[in-house]
Amino acid sequence: MTATVERGAAPVVGIRGLSLTYERGGSRTEVLRNLDLAVHPGEFVAIVGESGVGKSTLLRVIMNLASPSAGTVTIHAPPDDGRAGGGRPESALVFQDARLLPWRSVLDNVTFGLEWRGVSRAERRRRGEAMLALVGLSELAARWPHQLSGGQRQRVSLARALAVEPAVLLMDEPFSALDSFTREGLQDELLRIRAATGRTVLFVTHDIDEAVYLADRVVVLAGQPAGIAAEIRVDTAQPRRRADPVLSAFAHQLRLELSRRSSDL
Amino acid sequence: MTRLTRTALAAAGLAVFLAVWEALPRLGLLNETLVPPPSAIPAAFLREVRSGAWLAAVLSSLSHYLTGLAVGAGLGVGLGILSGMFRLFEDVTAWIVRLLRPIPGLAWVPFAIIWFGVEPAAAVFIIAIGVFWIVFFATQGAIRGVDRDMIEVAQAFGFRSAFARLVKILLPAATPGILVGVRTALGQAWMAVVAAEIFGVYGVGQRMMQASSLLASDIVLVYMLTMAGLYGLIDAGFVALQNWLLRWRA
Ligand SMILES: Nc1ncnc2c1ncn2[C@@H]1O[C@H](COP(=O)(O)OP(=O)(O)OP(=O)(O)O)[C@@H](O)[C@H]1O
Ligand SMILES: [Mg+2]
Repeated sequence: MTATVERGAAPVVGIRGLSLTYERGGSRTEVLRNLDLAVHPGEFVAIVGESGVGKSTLLRVIMNLASPSAGTVTIHAPPDDGRAGGGRPESALVFQDARLLPWRSVLDNVTFGLEWRGVSRAERRRRGEAMLALVGLSELAARWPHQLSGGQRQRVSLARALAVEPAVLLMDEPFSALDSFTREGLQDELLRIRAATGRTVLFVTHDIDEAVYLADRVVVLAGQPAGIAAEIRVDTAQPRRRADPVLSAFAHQLRLELSRRSSDL
Repeated sequence: MTRLTRTALAAAGLAVFLAVWEALPRLGLLNETLVPPPSAIPAAFLREVRSGAWLAAVLSSLSHYLTGLAVGAGLGVGLGILSGMFRLFEDVTAWIVRLLRPIPGLAWVPFAIIWFGVEPAAAVFIIAIGVFWIVFFATQGAIRGVDRDMIEVAQAFGFRSAFARLVKILLPAATPGILVGVRTALGQAWMAVVAAEIFGVYGVGQRMMQASSLLASDIVLVYMLTMAGLYGLIDAGFVALQNWLLRWRA
């Protein structure tokens, strides 16, 4: 099935003219310059780029963990989603290194983002358990994070992000630290969850095959300072086959773009 | 080595120690008034308990100990958090800390007596000061050492106020470090109890001084062992609490 992408509707994430300069001890590094990007409702967008190009920085700006030097980021949550709990953020991030809170049980990690006034304990628990079921970890609700494997940790991190029902789910190379077997399993799981929940996803990776396998659209971030250098729509319906030559063709095209961009520098 | 043999070795070591201690005064190598043999202790202990002096002294000391510990550790954790969280607070207090910190706890005894008299409050004050600095620095260091990545998790989920940061991340993450400080303070506080009571506040320390002035060295020993026993109990209780609080650790 293909996710329905509403082209006409306001984008969930609207980035306009975004620039960001890190300043540290007098030295300035401009990381992002004049970047425009729109992610539409229900869309799965992947961002690929070399290490150090500014992918995490871009996500940090969207999460309001870093402030841009210029430009705007708007997140547009659907008005009718009836989310309880004021102050709750509209985007949620799955970190590259899971970053579970080690003093909380698996279930309490998942409900972390729901601890707002207006969300009752019972409601939190119910939602947390539902999210754990969604990522297939119901059995492990009472465990401590140190008792989990790397892949399980990343699933809990995903459940924690999904629990807040974000308008956009941001993922920062969430599977890159895992072995290829676990990684492929989690990729399929993510696609299943995305199909089930209809979440809008912005997914950062440096793995081109992963981007092409998962996303509706792949955006290449390149340059120093970085901007959007190329964009490819992966016009193949889900579910996809990893070995599909059509995907390989898209991947090849992306590799060309990336190498062209880095030789331009 | 198995656990059993190690326990056996420890018991044997203690037995030899007691035997030598028993033998020296018995054989007349040491004066029995100066070094009473261990066999004299149970009788002295019973006498002390029967007269009611033991329980009264122990209860009084324990109440100084626990109150002083609570006050000192409470202030240490509170101010340690402020100083660990807010640069401004740390900067403003930097020189005050430098000035006050090197003063040994017992150097406060004269003021304790001037301010509170020879009263329980004076003992509590001395104990609290002894505990305060240890817990303060442990807390400050633990709070400051919390991984920035953890704080970012809280921010990412919208918990951005200082209070939310403290409750959701800093305190739980700093708990192991704070507990290490408190555990050190548990021992330090017993030292302060004896010191404070030797100056006359009623309790175990004062009872020991009375006994020593009467050359009742067996009674002095009873209280020394009493303190060792109480410390052992409290420390074991604390370790159990610590293990429970930190059960999330590998
Ligand atoms: N706090 C900071 N202060 C100064 N420079 C920074 C800071 N954080 C990141 N940078 C720099 O900004 C650039 C982009 O970093 P960023 O983490 O966004 O890269 P990335 O694309 O996510 O890389 P990777 O794929 O390795 O995770 C890098 O050159 C990095 O050194
Ligand atoms: Mg990164």
